[in-house]
Amino acid sequence: MLSALYAGLFYLSASILVFGVVLRMAIYARTPAPLKIAQTPAPTTRIGVFWRMLREVVFFQSLFKSNKWIWVFGWTFHMGLLLVLLRHLRYFTNPVWFWVEWIQPVGLYASFALVIGLLGLWSRRLLVERIRYISSPSDHLMLALLFGIAVSGMAMKFVARVDIVAVKVYFLGLLRFKILDLPPDPILLVHLGLVFVLMFIFPISKLLHGPGVFFSPSRNQVDNPREQRYAPRTPAN
Amino acid sequence: MASPDMDHPEGPQIVADPLKVPNLAFGAMAEIKPFRAHPNHQEPLGFPGELVGNWKEVAIEKIGELANTNRAFRVYLDACVKCGACTDKCHYFLGTGDPKNMPVARQDLLRSVYRRYFTFAGKYFPKLVGARELTKEVLEEWYTYYHQCSQCRRCSVFCPYGIDTAEISMAAREILDTVGMGQKYCNEIIGKVKVIGNNLGLQEKALRATLEDLEEDLEDETGVSVRIPLDEKSADILLVTPSADFFAEPHIDGLLGYAKVFHQAGVSWTVSSYASEAANFGLFIGSQDNMKALCQRIRHAAEDLGVKRIIFGECGHAWRVAYNFLDTLAGPFDFLDPNYPVPQHILEFTLDQIERGNLRFDKSKNDHIRLTYHDSCNVARASRMGDKPGGQFEVPRAVLRAVCNNFFDMDRDTTHESTFCCGGGGGLLTDELMDLRTKGANPRMTALQRVTEDHGVTHMAAICAICKTQFSKVMPQFGYEMDSVVSVHQLVSNAILLDGQEIDGDDRVPEVADAGVT
Repeated sequence: MLSALYAGLFYLSASILVFGVVLRMAIYARTPAPLKIAQTPAPTTRIGVFWRMLREVVFFQSLFKSNKWIWVFGWTFHMGLLLVLLRHLRYFTNPVWFWVEWIQPVGLYASFALVIGLLGLWSRRLLVERIRYISSPSDHLMLALLFGIAVSGMAMKFVARVDIVAVKVYFLGLLRFKILDLPPDPILLVHLGLVFVLMFIFPISKLLHGPGVFFSPSRNQVDNPREQRYAPRTPAN
Repeated sequence: MASPDMDHPEGPQIVADPLKVPNLAFGAMAEIKPFRAHPNHQEPLGFPGELVGNWKEVAIEKIGELANTNRAFRVYLDACVKCGACTDKCHYFLGTGDPKNMPVARQDLLRSVYRRYFTFAGKYFPKLVGARELTKEVLEEWYTYYHQCSQCRRCSVFCPYGIDTAEISMAAREILDTVGMGQKYCNEIIGKVKVIGNNLGLQEKALRATLEDLEEDLEDETGVSVRIPLDEKSADILLVTPSADFFAEPHIDGLLGYAKVFHQAGVSWTVSSYASEAANFGLFIGSQDNMKALCQRIRHAAEDLGVKRIIFGECGHAWRVAYNFLDTLAGPFDFLDPNYPVPQHILEFTLDQIERGNLRFDKSKNDHIRLTYHDSCNVARASRMGDKPGGQFEVPRAVLRAVCNNFFDMDRDTTHESTFCCGGGGGLLTDELMDLRTKGANPRMTALQRVTEDHGVTHMAAICAICKTQFSKVMPQFGYEMDSVVSVHQLVSNAILLDGQEIDGDDRVPEVADAGVT
C-alpha cells in the first residue's frame, strides 16, 4: 500500500518535473527576442558566449562581482547539492558507474556544505533588512523544504541508518516499472515525500532559474549587430 | 575643492563612499512622479488619450502579449530568486533609500501582477508567492516607480541571471501607455521628432541659421572656414547627433569639435534637417513601433541625401539604439559603403583619424583642466565601440589621453560596466523630477568628489547629451561649477590644430606635409 503510494507519487512528480521543465524551455525558446540586448561588454562570437555562460553557471561570476556573502553561501549550496545529487545516482544504477563510486565520500561531506549554504542564505533573508523586504513566504518555504530534505537525508546516514539496500532495490524496481517493497522507515518517508514536493513545484516556481539562466537574452546574445544583421522573425518584423 | 556642504548648506548630504548602502526609508519617494501626458501627446504615438474604461482587461492582455513576444520579459519575470544581489546596485536606491527603488522590488511591482494572472502559484496561492490583483493603486504605483528607473542596466550586471530591470521598466511604461497613462516628457518629445525631426522642435530654417552662426564663430576662433553643412546631397557622411548639440552647453562645443575633426580629416559630411535627432525616446517608453518610426527617418535621410556612411554624435541611449537596433528596425543598409560599420560612432571616427596621424593637437590647450571621464550607462552596458568587447571604454579614453595631459579615472567600482547613471537618463530629464535626479546623481558625484580630493580633478567629460544636461544642472548642488561637465569633443576642439589655423596672433599652423608631424 505504502510502496504503491510512493511509487505513484514518484512517477507523477518525475513526470511533472520533466514535462514541466521541457514545456517551459520550449516556451522560452519559442518566445522571440525581437532586439539585440546583450549586456556589454559581451562576447562577439558564439564560442565567447558559451564561455560566458559557463563562467556564470559554474562559478556564478556576476554574483561574485555583486556580493561575496551571497556568492559564498549560494555557491556552496549549489555545488554541495550537485555533488549530493550525483552521489544519489548510486541508488538508481546497477552496477554503480565508476565515477559515482569515486565521489561517494565527497558527496557525503558535500551534504554539510549544502546545509551550511542553505542556512547562510536563510539567515541573510532573515537578518538583512533589504533582503527581508523582498522575501515572500514562498522564499522561506523553499529554503525550509530544501533544509528538510537535506537534514532528513543526512539523518539516514549519520543518525538512524535506513536499510539502504532495500531502498535501492525498490528504486531499481521502479525504473523497471515494478513496485517492490519500500522499507517503512519514517525518516525515509519524510525525505522522499519532501523530494516529491520539490519535483512537483519545480516547473511552476522560481526554481526555474535553473533552466531560465540559459535563455536570458542579456547574457546569451552575441554582441555583433554591426557585423551580422539581427533580423529575428517576430510578429512586428 | 571646498566641502560642498559649506557652500550649499541646503544641498544633499554627501557620503564619503559612493557605494554606501542607506537605511531603508519606506515610502520616501512615493509622491515623486512626472507629469502625465496630455491626450495631444498620446494620440500621435498611437496611445489612448486618457485612461481607458476597461484598463484592467487592456493591461492584463498587454502583459500576456509581452510575455509571448519578448523573451526577456518572460524569462526575467520567471527566473528571479530574490537573492538580493541587486538590492544595493541602483543609484536611485542608494540616493533615496526607498526600498521600492531596489531593482528587484521595482521588478516585483509588475512581477506580482504577472504572477497573479499568468502563473499557477499566483492564481491559486497568491499570498504565498506575493501575487496581487491589478488595481488603480497598482497602476499609480507603477507610474511612480517605473519613472524612477533610468533604465541604466547597472543592476543587470550584478544579477546572476542578467535580469535587466530596464526591460521590465520599459514594458511597464508600454503597458501604462496602452491604457492611456503616458508620461508627458517622453511622449511630447517623440511627437515632435515624428512631425519636425528633432526633440527640440527646431525647424529647418532655424536649424540652418543656427549652424551658419556656428560656422561664423568657428571662423572667428580659428581663422579657418570650417563648415557645418545641412542637407547637402551626396555628402559622404550623414552625421546624426542629439539636437541638444545644436544649442545647449556644453553639447554645442562638442559639435564644434566634430566639425573640426571632419574638416581636418578632409571628408565631406552633412547634417539632415529631416533626421536632425539622434535621440530615440521610443526606447524609454518600450515602444518598438515608435522606436522604429524614428529609426526609419534616419534611413530615409540617408537615402535621400545619398550618403555613404552614417556617424552618430555623442549621445548614450542614441548609440544603444543605433548600434543595436537601427539595422534591425530600419535596415538593411545595403546602399551604404560596406567598408564602414553601420553605424559608426564619432569617437571611432576621431580615434581612427588620430591613429592615422591625420590630426595634430596642442594638448597644453587643455592644461587648465584636470579631467575625469563618466562612462554613460547605455554606451557602457548596452553597446560597443571598435571591434573588441570593452572598446566602448577604451576608445573615449584613448581620445581623451590624446588631447589632454591630466586624466584620472574614478573608482573602478563606479566606472566601465559598473558606472553609475548620471541620474537623469531613461526619460527622467524633466524639471518636476529634480529631487529624484539630484538624489540619483549622488553616487556619481561622491565618486567625483573623491578624485577631486585625491587628484584635484576639476572637470568631468561625458559622451551623452542627457548626462551633459543633467550634470550641468545638478553639479552646482555638489560644489562644482555648471560648466565642470564637458563634451569629449569639446576637449578635442580645444586642442586640435587645423591646417592654416591662427595661433597666438599671426602664426599659422603649417600643412601636415610641410611640418612632417604626425
